[in-house]
Amino acid sequence: MYELFKNLGDWLTSGEQWAGPDGIATRLAEHLQYSLLATLIAAAIGLPLGLLIGHTGKGAFVAINLSSFGRALPTVGLVVLVFLASGLSMWPVYVALVALAVPAIVTNTYAGMTAVDPDVKDAARGQGMRGHQVLFQVELPLALPLIMTGLRLALIQVVATATIAAYVSFGGLGRYVFDGLAQRDLVQVMGGAVLVAVVAIALDLALSALQRVLFRHRTA
Amino acid sequence: MTIDWSWISDHTDDLTTLTVSHLQAALSAVLFGLLISLPLAVVAHRVRPLRGFLLGLSNVLFTIPSIAVFVLLLPVSGLTRTTTVIGLTIYTLVVLLRNTVEGLDSVPTKTKEAAKAMGTRPLRTLLTVEFPLALPVIMAGVRIATVMSISLVSVATYIGDGGLGQLFTDGFQRNFPTPVIVGVVLTLLLAVVADAALVAVQYALTPWTRRRA
Repeated sequence: MYELFKNLGDWLTSGEQWAGPDGIATRLAEHLQYSLLATLIAAAIGLPLGLLIGHTGKGAFVAINLSSFGRALPTVGLVVLVFLASGLSMWPVYVALVALAVPAIVTNTYAGMTAVDPDVKDAARGQGMRGHQVLFQVELPLALPLIMTGLRLALIQVVATATIAAYVSFGGLGRYVFDGLAQRDLVQVMGGAVLVAVVAIALDLALSALQRVLFRHRTA
Repeated sequence: MTIDWSWISDHTDDLTTLTVSHLQAALSAVLFGLLISLPLAVVAHRVRPLRGFLLGLSNVLFTIPSIAVFVLLLPVSGLTRTTTVIGLTIYTLVVLLRNTVEGLDSVPTKTKEAAKAMGTRPLRTLLTVEFPLALPVIMAGVRIATVMSISLVSVATYIGDGGLGQLFTDGFQRNFPTPVIVGVVLTLLLAVVADAALVAVQYALTPWTRRRA
């Protein structure tokens, strides 16, 4: 057990492990690229959808059921399925990661919108604000903390799941996990797993710090 | 991408075995998750300082990727079903613990005081007053944890288990979509059926919630 952790420490800290085209630095950059791009695409789809459902109050059924559907969908199966359908391209990775992130973003955006005090919305309308003004100047700012929570949750899940990109022969930190599993090299597997966990936790902490700075004037 | 129907009819026995094994792994995880989080939730509910710590800890565990959890458990429990169940249990904790604490919080103080005034002992109050009243919120957590576990079991295919997840590896290695489609559909079906069953259980366990309507 001790030996294993010592080797793991060596693996994570050795200079040659970090350099080169299959070094940790490259894999880390790839991993971040998959995760951030997928979360951005998911936000571009999920945010307008959640805002629309929350603003109009129509389609709440969709918003609620989308989240349990998203939870039930096995990501591994989805990746393999899209891979077999599309061949060797980046499609499987992005389709699976976006499908994972959209439900979390839609449901949290919707939850943030429904949590806005109806009296506040009525007051805004009473002052003569139009629908889009109420949405962008009143509802959206008030719903923002919960929307941010949704984005954070989505990003964490995407970072964790981007590991499977390596399963369909792409890069990212998952490379170490799958290569290690194939080579029965436990140190490499654990090294990859630790790195993914560290990236996920670091991004979550960074976003929550950003959230605190952005909304510090709100805290009671 | 076409479905080879004859493959399905030729493999009904295998599919049944995998489905049963899949469900078994998911349900064991939820059961162990409940066994751990119910007492922990009582502690978190009663001892305020521990509350933030326990909920924070379960949140941190949740940020660790599932494949990483399974892999990190390998030195402890190896390529076994135990690894699958421990890994899934860790994931159920965050939902179960939070919902159970919130459920216990939602029990009105007056109700607890009434129980005390009638001379009910604390443990009895917990078991016969607080838990039943917290049940709707706890069950909401159980439903989320169950659906999540059913979907996550397939990740354990990388460590040689994974129930229906084995169909994904099989289809991938042979470049044959049918098992993959069947695996995805069966996983979704399992989730829907398990969720409906839990709704029925909750309906049966909480007769007082529908008398008002």
